[in-house]
Amino acid sequence: MTEAIKTKYETVIGLEVHAEMKTDSKMFCGCAVVDSTSAPPNTTVCPVCSGMPGTLPVVNRKAVEFGMKVALALGCTINQTSIFARKNYFYPDMPKGYQISQYELPLAEHGQIVINTPRGEETIRVTRVHLEEDAGKLTHIENNGVSHSLVDLNRAGVPLLEIVSEPDIRSVEGARAYGEALRQIVRYLDVNSGDMEKGVIRFEANISIRPTGSEEFGTRVEVKNLNSFRTMERAIEFETERQARVLQAGGSIDQETLGWNEANSSTYSMRSKEDAHDYRYFPEPDLPPLVVDQAWIDVVRASLPELPRARYLRFKEEYQLTDYAASVLTADRATADYFEAVLEHVPTSVSPKIVSNWVTGELFALINQAGTGIEVIKVQPEALAGLVRSVAEGQINPNTGKTVLGEMFTSGRGAEEIVAARGLKQVSDTDFIARIVKDALDENPEEVALYQAGKESVANWLFGQVMRKAKGKANPQVVRAELEKQLTKL
Amino acid sequence: MTELTELTITQALAALQAGDVTSRELTRAYLDRIEKLDARLHAFLHVDPGRALAQADEADRKRSAGDPAPLLGMPLAVKDVLTVEGMPCTCGSKILEGYVPPFTATAVRRLLEAGVVVLGKTNTDEFAMGSSTENSAYGVTHNPWDAARVPGGSSGGSAAAVAAELAPGALGTDTGGSIRQPSSFCGVTGLKPTYGRVSRYGLVAYGSSLDCPGPLAHNAEDAALLFSSMAGKDPLDATSVDVPAPEIRLSNGNLKGMTVGAPKEYFIKGIQAEVEAKVRAAIDQLADLGAEIVEISLPHTEYALPVYYLIAPAEASSNLARYDGIRYGPREAAESMWDVFYKTRGQRFGPEVERRIMLGTYALSAGYYDAYYGQAQKVRTLIKRDFEQAFEHVDVIACPVAPTTAFKIGAHGDDPLAMYLEDIFSLPANLAGIPGLSFPVGFDAQGLPVGMQLMGRHFHEAGLLQTAHIYQQATDWHLHRPALAD
Ligand SMILES: [Zn+2]
Repeated sequence: MTEAIKTKYETVIGLEVHAEMKTDSKMFCGCAVVDSTSAPPNTTVCPVCSGMPGTLPVVNRKAVEFGMKVALALGCTINQTSIFARKNYFYPDMPKGYQISQYELPLAEHGQIVINTPRGEETIRVTRVHLEEDAGKLTHIENNGVSHSLVDLNRAGVPLLEIVSEPDIRSVEGARAYGEALRQIVRYLDVNSGDMEKGVIRFEANISIRPTGSEEFGTRVEVKNLNSFRTMERAIEFETERQARVLQAGGSIDQETLGWNEANSSTYSMRSKEDAHDYRYFPEPDLPPLVVDQAWIDVVRASLPELPRARYLRFKEEYQLTDYAASVLTADRATADYFEAVLEHVPTSVSPKIVSNWVTGELFALINQAGTGIEVIKVQPEALAGLVRSVAEGQINPNTGKTVLGEMFTSGRGAEEIVAARGLKQVSDTDFIARIVKDALDENPEEVALYQAGKESVANWLFGQVMRKAKGKANPQVVRAELEKQLTKL
Repeated sequence: MTELTELTITQALAALQAGDVTSRELTRAYLDRIEKLDARLHAFLHVDPGRALAQADEADRKRSAGDPAPLLGMPLAVKDVLTVEGMPCTCGSKILEGYVPPFTATAVRRLLEAGVVVLGKTNTDEFAMGSSTENSAYGVTHNPWDAARVPGGSSGGSAAAVAAELAPGALGTDTGGSIRQPSSFCGVTGLKPTYGRVSRYGLVAYGSSLDCPGPLAHNAEDAALLFSSMAGKDPLDATSVDVPAPEIRLSNGNLKGMTVGAPKEYFIKGIQAEVEAKVRAAIDQLADLGAEIVEISLPHTEYALPVYYLIAPAEASSNLARYDGIRYGPREAAESMWDVFYKTRGQRFGPEVERRIMLGTYALSAGYYDAYYGQAQKVRTLIKRDFEQAFEHVDVIACPVAPTTAFKIGAHGDDPLAMYLEDIFSLPANLAGIPGLSFPVGFDAQGLPVGMQLMGRHFHEAGLLQTAHIYQQATDWHLHRPALAD
């Protein structure tokens, strides 16, 4: 597609996000919530979540609390009375033949998420946040030429939060930023692991295009089951191009529900508007209205941690960090907590920027290499603080510091212990350094002559010779100063 | 000595307490009578003598150990829409043929904890949808007073079982009259409690906002005993109400100081003359006992039928969606997953169930919701308000239970609307969520029982039972029993 056509149209995107909530038990029964990708099928199932005749749902208050946390974090207004409703449709993974959801009066409404996109800061409005239950899983297999459909109800009834945005997103980058911000928030709140491969967060995108500058919305399509940010981006890109092509050719967009075909990298039609499900929503007669009083809302609000965006802004402001550093350090709560814990243990003379460099540089590299997470590493924040202090105070030089951190990472021992055991303590003794500088100059008369002839870069080579003699332990600043002194004296 | 099966629950408990009879003897007597008569009546869908006798023996052991459980050793029949762990539960439907639930309904569990012995499961219209038990997929139950007639429904099996002394008491469920109307047709006393007063957990849902389990027995005193043990908040039913289970102490005496309202909308043209006459006579009797009778108006009564036939089928269409042959119950073989659904549901639901699923699906459909379901909910509020206003002036409302006495099997065969009209006097209590009690007040010329209904404000079951009890102290209609030749 040409650049001209691209700029001719604007993409309009709204996202529906389904986030499972990691409560101990399911939304309406006492069954444990387990990892439905690994638990043996149908092992956490009871009469209620398998829809046995005569069973009734009972609301899990923890799930309500989790839902309120997310809603409040998104700046929503909580409806003190909300209504559960039945969404009726047949599918073998839906044991009751309906999903208990919320329809007319959701748990919360009118929130927002602020995101950064290449166009700058954007505010995406959140229409509603509501509680519902997840479905089970249906797998089709072929056995000796006979096809079977297998139902696993472990996931049936797991609490699900549906978060619906207004069609405020205008770009692929914006969609990704919104998705990532939402994922970050639910992880900060510890209500969802954010593990997209396990399907605990799932996206659906409403996509339309319109002539740039137009105020009216085009006909939208709904793309279901987008299970990664990459898939979501590709689906939006695909649809934007497809719709532009249709409009360019004088056609019109059909309102339909689409799926994403990974193999063909394209969307495909699942249902036309005419075939759209009539879910026959009606208030769930088995559940009285969900009432949350102001006192409960206040308690939940007070329990909220500092949220990612606030923390990001504070890190920039308070610690004078770059956008990049503040953003990676606040990407998840564990990293931000770790960083601030290190800061607490270093002297004020050590700037947050130095600590940030250690964390985002060496430590992240080690973590990535080991394929682990910051919340489980052996290097405690106090220990990293000790190392940073040692370097800052000149007890070891920065290069040695990296080596020491590597050893701390594998062994879990402290910096001082490693430095002492391996004799890595940095030498700043000027007499000793003066002596080895003199030795180095004496041993390399040709290079010294070159230097004197005006080739100043030789000084760096000479510096390396001195450091080698000191087995890396010499304080580099003292060495450089001494070398300069002796060279000028010559 | 009289036959053991002639005893009321109150009498039988006294005999058990006195050591005059054991639970095993009592249970055995009922099992024998079921064996002898139920082939003709077909009140039961499932009888479990082994289990009942084992429970009876357990009760006898407990009694000798001093266990004070209030209903210890008392046999009871349970309508087949209430689950009893390990006992088949068909709901009168082929779609649950052979289904054995893994848990016990709260109402039944509470009665088991109070000591009852479950004899078996009684016949019902399929998923409690009907007023005659003719909609049972397992055959009609015959009225003990006239085998050619229906026992009413949907708790017809329970009502017939009590009337025929196959059980001293039974559990039923009432969504639009399903306890009261068969009680009236069979000459027994049946209570539909306040909605939410008795847990619905384990009651296989028909109309969730209307369904209510309740007792059927020979008299108000027995019904009160069963009701007290069933009622109370249940953590498994979010719609159950946190009002403590009542301990009902019925006293003899009179009705002085009580105001009884007779709603003019319940004495209308088309009602069987003898029904009206007997109910009016019973109201006069209440006046003789000291009650003040006033005529009242419940102006929205005529809307109860259409409102009910929108709300109940709407809820049913959703409640019955789970029967797909996938997780339990029989499954029709088919090539594809969807064909399993279509064939299982298509072949195993009866016509009345299909009719109500279609009605309800329609009422909830996009574009029709506001005009049907939404509007019905609004009118339901008006019906509730009628009662609230009435109860500002009267303590109880007295009226017929049903417009007729028991009709002939097949009489309404081709006319579902005529069948629906059987419930016009019982539906309003369900829509309003208030308690209703049916008890016998006479017989028509054919010797068929006529029932009267008392309705009260929410949680006023004790008042209804007390009124009926005082009436029953002064009359003997509740003592009549059908002649069942051996
Ligand atoms: Zn469960």
